[in-house]
Amino acid sequence: MQTFTNMLVLGAEGGLNLGDMIVQLVLFIVLLALLKKFAWGPFMNMMKEREDYISNEIDTAEKSREEAQRMQREASEELKKTRQDAQKIIEDARKTATQQEQSIIQSARTEADRMKENAKQEIVQEKEKAIQSLKDQVASMSVMIASKVIEKELSKEDQDHLIQQYISEAGEER
Amino acid sequence: MNHEAPMLENALGLEWLDFNLSNVLMMLIASVIVFIVAVAATRSLERRPKGFQNFMEWLIDFVKGIISSNMDWNVGRLFLPLGLTLFTYIFVSNMLGVVTIFAPHHVLWWKSPTSDPGITLTLAVMVVVLTNYYGVKMRGANEVGKDFMRPLPFLLPFKIIEEFSNTLTLGLRLYGNIYAGEILLGLLAGITSAGILGFLGGVIPMLAWQAFSTFVGFIQAFIFTMLTMVYMSHKVSSDH
Repeated sequence: MQTFTNMLVLGAEGGLNLGDMIVQLVLFIVLLALLKKFAWGPFMNMMKEREDYISNEIDTAEKSREEAQRMQREASEELKKTRQDAQKIIEDARKTATQQEQSIIQSARTEADRMKENAKQEIVQEKEKAIQSLKDQVASMSVMIASKVIEKELSKEDQDHLIQQYISEAGEER
Repeated sequence: MNHEAPMLENALGLEWLDFNLSNVLMMLIASVIVFIVAVAATRSLERRPKGFQNFMEWLIDFVKGIISSNMDWNVGRLFLPLGLTLFTYIFVSNMLGVVTIFAPHHVLWWKSPTSDPGITLTLAVMVVVLTNYYGVKMRGANEVGKDFMRPLPFLLPFKIIEEFSNTLTLGLRLYGNIYAGEILLGLLAGITSAGILGFLGGVIPMLAWQAFSTFVGFIQAFIFTMLTMVYMSHKVSSDH
């Protein structure tokens, strides 16, 4: 064998030793099997697990994002509706208030008119009453004055005559 | 530089069975280092990775990238353990020879196992056999057989030669790079230990060459894994 290897001098320390080759082959296969079982296997499992975990997490995140978006949309719709309701309530209240105001003003005005009318009537009545009483007093006073004047200057006949004349005139005028 | 190899010839009385005990030792050391480091990294696996786990996951993603640049990941996931083991084992092996070379009494004990052509060729043969095995397993012997006559039947001899040349280049590329690096490192080490002048002259090239060897070790591990996956994809994917 040594002569054969010396023919193929490939290195200073010798050539192809079959023993080395067998040892290398066996060692490598054993190493491969051991590493596959104890090192690469666990590593690949861990990396696979992490991959699955991450993809799960991404799915979950996607789902919760959608959920959040949906809820936000709902909330904003709700808010919009509420705002519209509030607007409507305010509008109604304003309308009612305006109506009430109108009716209050109306009724106040009617009341005031009525009172004014009453007062006017009363004034007219009082005025007439005052005029009447004044007339009466003037009449009696003028009679008194006239009688005083006439007492002094007129005779009984003239007096009677005058009275008669007045009475007749008064009768004509009436 | 005339180191001898610690040979154990004609083991168990068999005339064809020779061991280079240094290779055996270094293969064991490299395997044990890879195994301990990889298993130590799995001790505290967490969903939220930190520290060492991050590094190992980067490594896994790196090899994953190599595989998925060559074939569909549904098929390729099967080869992830193979690619990872190849990459880490070859990288650690390459580094062993960069860290130090130890040759007591001119017997070379500590070196890269990958600086031996037998070992790299073993790995290469294993890879090519595996590619054919998986090709047959996934697509059937018929399809793989027909592949040898595509696109034209007269290419059959070239295709057969290609299988062997692939094996040879795959193995010898790795061996050549690492072996050359080691030779130069050994020479530089000889200079630096020769005296004060030799030390002053040799220390900077030594540092530079060690840095370069680290780079080469990484690149070669990457190329070996990459080519493994390229050959694998030729066999297991029908669309090539």
